[in-house]
Amino acid sequence: MYFFSKIDAVAGGAEFYQKIVWIPQAGIDFEFVLNGLTLAFALLITGTGVLVFLFSHAYMKSYKNLGIFYFYLFTFGAAMLGLVLSGNLIQLFVFWELTSFLSFLLISFFHEKEASRSAAFQSLFITGIGGLVMLAGIVLLGSVVGSYSVSQWVEHASLIKAHRFYLPGLLLIFVGVFTKSAQFPFHFWLPGAMQAPTPVSAYLHSATMVKAGVFLLALLNPILGGSPEWTYILTLTGAITMFLGAYFAITQIDIKAVLAYTTISSLGVLVMLLGIDTVLSIKAAVLFLYVHAFYKATMFMVAGYIDKKTGTRDLNELGGLIKSMPVTFFIVLLALLSMAGLPPMLGFLGKELIYEAKVQSPLIAPYVLVLGVAGNALMVAVALFLLFKIFLGKPNRSLPQSCKDDWAFVIGPALLAFLSLFFGIFPGLLGKTIIEPALNNIIPISYPVKLKIWHGFNTVFFLSLFTVAVGTSLFLLIYKSEKVLRIWRVANHKFFTIKLVDVFDHILSGFLAFSARKTKLIQHGYHRYYILTIFVLTSLFLWYQVYITIGWDLDNVFTLKPFYVSGLVVIMILSTIFSVLSKSRITTIITMGVTGYGLALLFMYYSAIDLAITQIIVETLILVMFVLILQRLPLFAKLSSKASRLRDLLIALSFGTVMTVLALKSINVDFNHPISDYIINNSYSKAFGKNVVNVILVDFRAFDTLGEVVVLVVAALGVFVLLKTRKT
Amino acid sequence: MKSVILQIATKYIKWLLVTFALIALLRGHNSPGGGFIGGLLVGLSVVFHSFTYYGAECVKRSLKIQPEAYIASGLLLILLSTLPGLLLKQSFMAGIWISVPMPLLGDFKIGTPFLFDIGVFMAVIGVTLLFFFTLNSIVRWK
Repeated sequence: MYFFSKIDAVAGGAEFYQKIVWIPQAGIDFEFVLNGLTLAFALLITGTGVLVFLFSHAYMKSYKNLGIFYFYLFTFGAAMLGLVLSGNLIQLFVFWELTSFLSFLLISFFHEKEASRSAAFQSLFITGIGGLVMLAGIVLLGSVVGSYSVSQWVEHASLIKAHRFYLPGLLLIFVGVFTKSAQFPFHFWLPGAMQAPTPVSAYLHSATMVKAGVFLLALLNPILGGSPEWTYILTLTGAITMFLGAYFAITQIDIKAVLAYTTISSLGVLVMLLGIDTVLSIKAAVLFLYVHAFYKATMFMVAGYIDKKTGTRDLNELGGLIKSMPVTFFIVLLALLSMAGLPPMLGFLGKELIYEAKVQSPLIAPYVLVLGVAGNALMVAVALFLLFKIFLGKPNRSLPQSCKDDWAFVIGPALLAFLSLFFGIFPGLLGKTIIEPALNNIIPISYPVKLKIWHGFNTVFFLSLFTVAVGTSLFLLIYKSEKVLRIWRVANHKFFTIKLVDVFDHILSGFLAFSARKTKLIQHGYHRYYILTIFVLTSLFLWYQVYITIGWDLDNVFTLKPFYVSGLVVIMILSTIFSVLSKSRITTIITMGVTGYGLALLFMYYSAIDLAITQIIVETLILVMFVLILQRLPLFAKLSSKASRLRDLLIALSFGTVMTVLALKSINVDFNHPISDYIINNSYSKAFGKNVVNVILVDFRAFDTLGEVVVLVVAALGVFVLLKTRKT
Repeated sequence: MKSVILQIATKYIKWLLVTFALIALLRGHNSPGGGFIGGLLVGLSVVFHSFTYYGAECVKRSLKIQPEAYIASGLLLILLSTLPGLLLKQSFMAGIWISVPMPLLGDFKIGTPFLFDIGVFMAVIGVTLLFFFTLNSIVRWK
């Protein structure tokens, strides 16, 4: 309703803008823009949203977890709205990823089914990676302009176009667009997404989310458009997608699959039109946006309704439903006529405009035209096929006919189908209010929009006639003899042996296997080798550094100490050697303890009493615990081979020497004002303590102590968990 | 091999050690000592007791407060000691001192660093005891 009320103002040329500053240093703010283009999309999102909610009320009645479902759906609508109203490209990216994520949640709503889960994962993976690639492109081009705000980009459009980052940025953004809007070769996730509940398919995968890429293209057209790269890449990809989608749609069996492939085709049309980049083609694109939303959402909802009523969506089983669902038949008739592009539906106008755009497009008219006609002919055939197969013909007696007829099922599709008809007859309303302002935002020149049904007997009209003729004859061929369709299906299957879906799965599992192998190599689980790697690399780096920076001269470092100190050091060194060479475990541990106690005595000589006390107690506790552990080890030790002992000796010597040298060298490195002066001077006056060490621990550097205590706690918990949860 | 003399003496030596620990904690700010040392001494006393007396499981069960509770209360005290700074609008962990006049000893200054130290004391007790009891529980005494 809100957006509806803004139509007049926006049509008059006004533009609404609101900015919330977020991270100014990075140029990321929340900017909300309401202009012609964004309003067109916003109306679409909110309008179809309301109808889908109504529809899902009836459709999802029998399922559990409905609260979460509506939460997801609603959040998705909000995210999509945020996307189209974004004025800042990073903000747009955030919403982009949000919609991908919510699409994932919604597709996997029936999460008990394996197919649902894998389809959802596939869609998330592809659109997610596309999104990241797109972010790279945005950042790249943003660095040229110096901001991520769209208005800034528009101002500096010529700067961007001439810069050497233009092509890479363009390509990166294109990847994002192609993954989101299911363009070839990233289109294969969309048919998989049909695992979602039908209201989700109607909302996300026909009217809104997949159009996000198209929206981005329209938004960026005034900035990046107009260059040959833009035109060629988009037109080519769009045309291929358009044709492929329509081609694969015919041979599908599930109604939703047919609709998915035709959606892919329509998205291809939109991309192609934006690529052609003339006034006519953009006009056609905006119109087609609405045309497609109208009939596709209708068809999805009807497909869901049929599924609820008859229990199946299989085209081979359905038939003759006109008798039991007459109203639905009428609705579907309107929608499919629009899809086929027949008057007086809005679809007819759409198709005419598209043909006109193609005919008048400068460079690439011939192949675009051919593909276009072929694609449209296929769409006509599909439309007629769906209509006749589902509703006409002999009814299938074996299908259950449930009697409950909920009006909520029907009202949404009915309204949309009616709009197709209404705007087909009175197109001016749509043109003036929505299409014109949107057009003005996409192309930087004002252009009045006049839409009418009858353009006269010109080339376009004959093209349309030709298309309908071909389409109808194709349909007759398939409908009359079932064999043709079956042969076609088999031919497709045989011909297209390399299915992109399988390629994707292959790449994914290959990557996972590679990661597993690499992880096993580096994270092998052997503590010994971890330590070895650390020691070797550290000593190498330190040796290198010492060699380059400080050099080897070691004068002025050695001073003579009293005999008891040197005696102590000699004892320590001897006990270390003894512990390495001894063959008994207890002896090793106890002689290592001698080193520890000796260290404590050295601390005392240098008046570090706190350190000494702590060292003595910790050494005692460690000795006790080591002796405890000893009980668990086997009685007879398996001594390692001579070679590995030699290797260990070398590594230990190297590491020890380099640390010694470093320690000796650090005596000579002096700083200007050692912080110890400050601490000693202020320890009593500011911190009321005479024990400087303790004051540092609990006052001056208390935050570090906090961290250390937490580390101790984590270590203790780790020991507890690891030892208690062992399998004995 | 259990020595009866040591067993009886342990009952008192253990409390001596704990007293030493408390003294270390209280005088830490002005003389050698402090929270870490105090906590380690208490841990040491429990280890000593369990080796000479009835074994670690018994000691663990007889402890009125389990090591995990010591850890938790220690961390809580540390957290509490950081808050007065925020409440009095200074920075996080600012040292706030108040002066308590005691009858014979003159002015006695206590403050948040002291509370912090007590927190460290409790946490280290808990950590040491947890280490020791866990390691002990996987040992099979022959």
